Amino acid sequence: MKRAFVHFLILAVLVLIAPFLFKGGYLMNVLVFVGINTMLAVALNLLLGFAGQISLGHAAFFGLGAYSSGIMTATFGINPWPAMVFSAVAVMVLAFAVGFPILKLKGHYLAMATLGMGIIVYIVFNEAVALTGGPSGLSGIPSLALGKLVFDNDVKNFYLIWAFTLTTVLLSLNLVNSRVGRALRAIHDSEVAARVMGVNARLLKVQIFALSAFISAIAGSLYAHTMAFVSPASFGFNFSVELVTMVIIGGLGSIYGSLLGAALLTFLPEMLRAFQDYDIVIYGLILILMTMFMPGGLVRGIPAMIGSLRVRRGKEGEERA
Amino acid sequence: MFGGITALEDVSFAVSPGSITGVIGPNGAGKTTLFNIITGIYTQTSGHVYLDNKPITGFPPERLAPLGMVRTFQNIELFSQMTVLENVMVGLHTGSKSGILSCVLKLPGHLREERAIRERAQHWLDFVGLGDAASIVAGNLPFGKGRLLEIARALAIEPRIILMDEPAAGLNSRETAELAQLIRRIRESGITIVLVEHDMELVMDICDAILVLNLGRLLAAGTPREIQENQAVVDAYLGEG
Repeated sequence: MKRAFVHFLILAVLVLIAPFLFKGGYLMNVLVFVGINTMLAVALNLLLGFAGQISLGHAAFFGLGAYSSGIMTATFGINPWPAMVFSAVAVMVLAFAVGFPILKLKGHYLAMATLGMGIIVYIVFNEAVALTGGPSGLSGIPSLALGKLVFDNDVKNFYLIWAFTLTTVLLSLNLVNSRVGRALRAIHDSEVAARVMGVNARLLKVQIFALSAFISAIAGSLYAHTMAFVSPASFGFNFSVELVTMVIIGGLGSIYGSLLGAALLTFLPEMLRAFQDYDIVIYGLILILMTMFMPGGLVRGIPAMIGSLRVRRGKEGEERA
Repeated sequence: MFGGITALEDVSFAVSPGSITGVIGPNGAGKTTLFNIITGIYTQTSGHVYLDNKPITGFPPERLAPLGMVRTFQNIELFSQMTVLENVMVGLHTGSKSGILSCVLKLPGHLREERAIRERAQHWLDFVGLGDAASIVAGNLPFGKGRLLEIARALAIEPRIILMDEPAAGLNSRETAELAQLIRRIRESGITIVLVEHDMELVMDICDAILVLNLGRLLAAGTPREIQENQAVVDAYLGEG
C-alpha cells in the first residue's frame, strides 16, 4: 500500500515538472495525447485486463463523449463542464443498457458484438450530418475554462488532461485493490467459482463496462475541447484495436501498464515518422516482437529483462573469478 | 436432461443439519450433475430443491451463497492469478458490501471493512493449515494445498451447508487423512457437509449417511454399515471385497 503511494507520487511529480523539461510545444502536444490515451487504456483495462471481457468497440464511447460535448457546446452553446458531466453520464447509461444483453456473450462472440456496436456508432457519426457535420467533422468547439483561466495552449492543456489522467489512475488503483477489484479478477480466473462465492458476475461485468464507458466518454470530452475539432476518423475500428493493443502491450491487469502502453503507442508513430512510408511496417514489427518476447506486457517484461541481464552479468562475474 | 439423455431421475433425499453425507456411485452415475443442479449451475427440467424447507429451485449460485450454500469443484476452480489470501478474501464477498463508488473513493467505511476481510480471510487460512502460504499466487500451489484453499475459500462465506465434489481426488494418503480431520472439524463448527467421493475408506470413515447413485437413479440410502451390507450396492458398485 505504502509503495503504491510512492509510485503514484513519483508519477505526479514527473507530470508536474514535465512542461519545464520539455519546453518544445510539439512534445507537449504528444504528451497531451499520451494522457488521453492513458485514460482510455486504463478504462479498457478495467474491463479487459481485470474482468477479462473483450471490447473491440471502445472507440465508440470515446467518440460519443467527444461528439456529445462538441455538439452541446459548439452548436447549442452550453457550458462545457455541465456538458461533460451530462455526456459522461449519458454514455454510461447507454453502455449499461447495451452491456446487459451483449455481456451475456463470451469470447469471440462478445468481440463480434462490441465490434458491431463500434461500427454502428461510427456510421452514425458519419451519417447524422445535421448534428455531427458528417465526415467533414464538427469544428468550433470551445476550450475549457476555470473562471478566467482558459485552457487554450499546450502547457495548460497538458496540466488539465493530466489532472484527469492522474485522477483516473488513482481511482482505478483504488478500485482494483478493493473488494470489487477482487471480484473482477475472480470472474476473470473462474467465473463459476466467483458466482459460487456470491459474486453477481453478470451485473458486475455490466457495471464495469458502464464505468469503463464513463471514463472513455470523459476522455472524449477532453479530447474535443483540446482539439476544438472532432471527425469520425478518430473514433473508428482502427482506434478500438489500437486501444486493445495499448492494454496488451502495456500489460493486462496493470494500471501502470496501461500508462506505458499508451505512452509507447502514442510516441512510436511520432518517432517512426523519419522512416516515412515504411513507418507502418516497422510499427507492426515492433508490436509483433513485443508480444512474442514480452507476453506479459511492458510492465512485467521490462523488470524480467533487467533481472535476466543481472543474472547474466552475475554469471560472467563468476566465470571471471 | 442433456440432449435428450436423462441424467438424473427420481432422485429424492434429505440431508439432516450438522451431518456428513456421502454421495457415491460409479462414474457417470450423475453425482456431479446432482451437485450442479443443487448449486444452480445447471437447471433441471423437473424437481425441487429446498434449503431449510424454503424452495431454492433454480436459484443461481450467487443467490445461494448469501443463503449459506457453497460448494467446491472436482477439478479445483481457484482464482489462479490471485494470491492465496485474496482467494479467501473473495469468499468474504457476500459478507461485505462496499460498492464500486465506495471502493473507488476509498471511503472510511470501506477501509475498515477491508481490514476486517483481511483478518477473517487469514483466520480461515489458519483453520485449514495454509496460514503460511497467504502471499503465494494460488496457481503455484501444489494440488493438495489447492484443495485446502478451495475449502478455506468456501468456509469464508460462513456457509451452513458445503458441498464438496471429490475433495480427496488426487490427494495422497497422508493428505487424505488430514482432509478427514479437517472435514470433521468443519462439521464440529456446525456446518452440514455433503460430499461426492470415490475413496471408500474415507467415505465409510467420516460419513453419517450415504447415498448411492447408479445410472441416474438413487440405488440406496443409509448408514455406512447398511450400505456395505446392501446387496444391490455391492453388485453395482462396491464389488466383493
